[in-house]
Amino acid sequence: MQIELREQIAPWRIALAPVAAVAASLLLGSILILWVGAPVGEAYLLLVKGALGSSFALTETFTRSIPLIFTGLAAAIAFRARFYNIGAEGQLYCGALAATFFGTGLITLPPLLMIPFLMLVGALAGGAALAVPVLLKTHLKVDEVVTTLLLNFVILLFVGYLLEGPWKDPMSMGWPQSESIIDEGVFPKLVDKSRLHFGLLFAVIGSVLCWTMMRFTVWGYEIRAVGHNPSAARFAGINVNTTVIRTALISGGFAGLAGVSEVAGLKGYLTLDISPGFGYTGIAVAMLAQLHPMAVILSALFISMIYVGADSMSRAVNIPTYIADVLVGLSVLSILVSVMLTRYRLRWR
Amino acid sequence: MALLAFHHITKRFGSLIANNDITLSLESGEVLALLGENGAGKTTLMNILYGHYTADEGHIEVDGTTLPPGSTDAAIKAGIGMVHQHFTLAENLTVLENIMLGTESLWSFSQKQSPARKKLAQMSKDYGLAVAPDTPVSRLSVGERQRVEILKALYRDARVLILDEPTAVLTPQEAESLFTTLESLTKQGFAIIFISHKLHEILRISDRVAVLRRGQIVGSVATVDADRSSLAEMMVGRKVERPRLAPMPIGKAVVRLEGVTLQNRNEVPRLDQISLSVHQHQIIGIAGVAGNGQSALADLLSGLSSPTSGTFELLDQAVTRASPANIVHRGVGRIPEDRHHSGVVGDMTLWENLISEDLRVPPVSRGGFLIDQKACMKRAEKLIEQFDIRCEGPEAETKLLSGGNMQKLILARALSPNPGFILANQPVRGLDEGAIAYVHGQLLAARQRGAGILLISEDLDELFSLCDRIAVIYHGKLTRSFDAKSVTAGQLGLMMAGQDPGDIELPSGQTLEQAKASITDALQNQGTQTHAD
Repeated sequence: MQIELREQIAPWRIALAPVAAVAASLLLGSILILWVGAPVGEAYLLLVKGALGSSFALTETFTRSIPLIFTGLAAAIAFRARFYNIGAEGQLYCGALAATFFGTGLITLPPLLMIPFLMLVGALAGGAALAVPVLLKTHLKVDEVVTTLLLNFVILLFVGYLLEGPWKDPMSMGWPQSESIIDEGVFPKLVDKSRLHFGLLFAVIGSVLCWTMMRFTVWGYEIRAVGHNPSAARFAGINVNTTVIRTALISGGFAGLAGVSEVAGLKGYLTLDISPGFGYTGIAVAMLAQLHPMAVILSALFISMIYVGADSMSRAVNIPTYIADVLVGLSVLSILVSVMLTRYRLRWR
Repeated sequence: MALLAFHHITKRFGSLIANNDITLSLESGEVLALLGENGAGKTTLMNILYGHYTADEGHIEVDGTTLPPGSTDAAIKAGIGMVHQHFTLAENLTVLENIMLGTESLWSFSQKQSPARKKLAQMSKDYGLAVAPDTPVSRLSVGERQRVEILKALYRDARVLILDEPTAVLTPQEAESLFTTLESLTKQGFAIIFISHKLHEILRISDRVAVLRRGQIVGSVATVDADRSSLAEMMVGRKVERPRLAPMPIGKAVVRLEGVTLQNRNEVPRLDQISLSVHQHQIIGIAGVAGNGQSALADLLSGLSSPTSGTFELLDQAVTRASPANIVHRGVGRIPEDRHHSGVVGDMTLWENLISEDLRVPPVSRGGFLIDQKACMKRAEKLIEQFDIRCEGPEAETKLLSGGNMQKLILARALSPNPGFILANQPVRGLDEGAIAYVHGQLLAARQRGAGILLISEDLDELFSLCDRIAVIYHGKLTRSFDAKSVTAGQLGLMMAGQDPGDIELPSGQTLEQAKASITDALQNQGTQTHAD
């Protein structure tokens, strides 16, 4: 087998890569389903039905995609600048902390101001959580993968301490949860009698803003230049450190918004399990979207569909829900392979 | 019978014919030079020989036996050895391990070490290729790494060695020692294919030259019957002459360095008390062996570092805290040493690379934030035409450009604002004859318009044909500059090897070859390593 560079890359190949990757991951996943002894066709049908088959399922899928869009954007923008932010999980909780701190009665504003205010402080808190790792990186060359990853645990333990101690709601009957966000701060519902809230709209606006920035502004140009070739960027007069710091703050801000939207949009209060790893899954979302901010929406929807659908599939045919994690993992692997195949061809002999 | 013979080789990539009906042969003990511009098909032909590609038509014979197409293993077994332009060594392994790797089975790797060591020692002795078998490759200089690549091919019992642009990464001294090695190898019956577009090297080392143009052999001559201009003409397809400078009166100073030192804490200074001035209508050349402070000087003048002490004046204003953006906006055009590394962002488009130096300046962006794509595109189209950049348009990815066209893009970016001072650091490294003439022409035109230019080069021919004055840099110290018309190559050579200019009195009329020999001697006497920097 040989690998040859393609001289020209047809646009349809680039467009097809994620589709092929999704197909490949489903195909590989079916091996596992067969292994468990369940019928593949029926299992996938149940998965799709569970995710899209009813209005309830649909709203659940959309609801689940909101934090994934935010954390997906956080990863996409940081990775573009080759700043490997693995700490979206912790930044998400920082955003949630800020929303809880200001939203549980400390400040009362009319909803039209209260919601943007909570989002602002949440984004700032998420960005602040990345300030230390990024400054360590730009000034002391400390590897950001290590610092951002480890900071996740620090932040999570701190949240645990607050919820078991000073922030514990006295009315919660012993559960570690905060007091409720005041009504003015709660995101309105997008669809009645469902859990789907305005966060979806905010997430989509976030994607559009992010795309506009990357495509049409000097900041976006600088992020891409620094990510692709830092020494050429520096030679041309771009301040590489400033760019990395700015990118990190924006990235952390998006992750923080995921936390705000889970607290003020979905739950109404802070618990230790508002995120089942959205921060980490965001990395998969960004990879599947090939770091494109608009594609992040689609890839977040796809991944959320798998998680929501896998829940109901596993109840029906007795396949462990972990199959969802496997499918997401496989789809990231397949996207890496299929992106490579758009640029190279394999020759068999 | 020929040791190696290509018979009617044709290879197409889509509509492009990379090799068209190529027939060539090679005898043992012979150095065949394969000459051609970038993209002429030299590397494709060698990749077919080595089994990376399969020819669409034709076949290759080694010793009269047809080589199975598309099999690297078969090529190696038949005694073909490839020394790649970009080395294929594992940095963290030792020399010996690298040489064994890929030949010896990994299961018995440690047992095979002692016979391999013996074989390597014998080879080193036979061919005069000294290496320390237990040194990690990461600690070797570029020249030494190349030696390891050659030994790796010889270890596999190669009889035909292919060297693809072997001198591109070498200093003149390392290149000279490579040629000595090649000569001793041919004396022992090895055949060598030497791929290059540098005419003087080909004239120096080869027995026969085959010239490729647009995938076809356009001429094959014995080297003794060839000269520079005939080869250049065959290669390019028309007469090419590098432009030379015509004398003209200088204007006011654009750059003045006075006792400038550049030093990281507690280290040997990268620049040591240098003084220099460049005037309008003047090209000053900096000669020197690679690694003597050229990149420090270039860093200083492109704004990447600030002087530790001394004065640096640019167009009558002192520069204290420099930054690339600051330097550019004061009217400096910069051509960096390494196009790919610091010149362009290969993954971005042409038009994007053309605006990288003035992102926040009005026609490029509004309010310093929103990029005006239309205006940028228009400007890119204009520059593409003005600088004759061959490409698919402003939206093309920059990494797809050939070396010459990439350099034209950098020239377009650096020269179109009409800078008062131009820093040209090795501006023609790795370019073919046509592109070299173009770059030189542009620099001379800028001088005509009134720019002052500093040209850093390791090629004395280039310096003599372009510069008004030449200074020599050695161990971070810069000599005063000499009139290019009165200083000789020999005198420069001695200064490049560290002699004080005051002590130099040479009979004039010494040739360049003699000068180079004296540089090599002087370096060996010192026993210095010049790989720092």
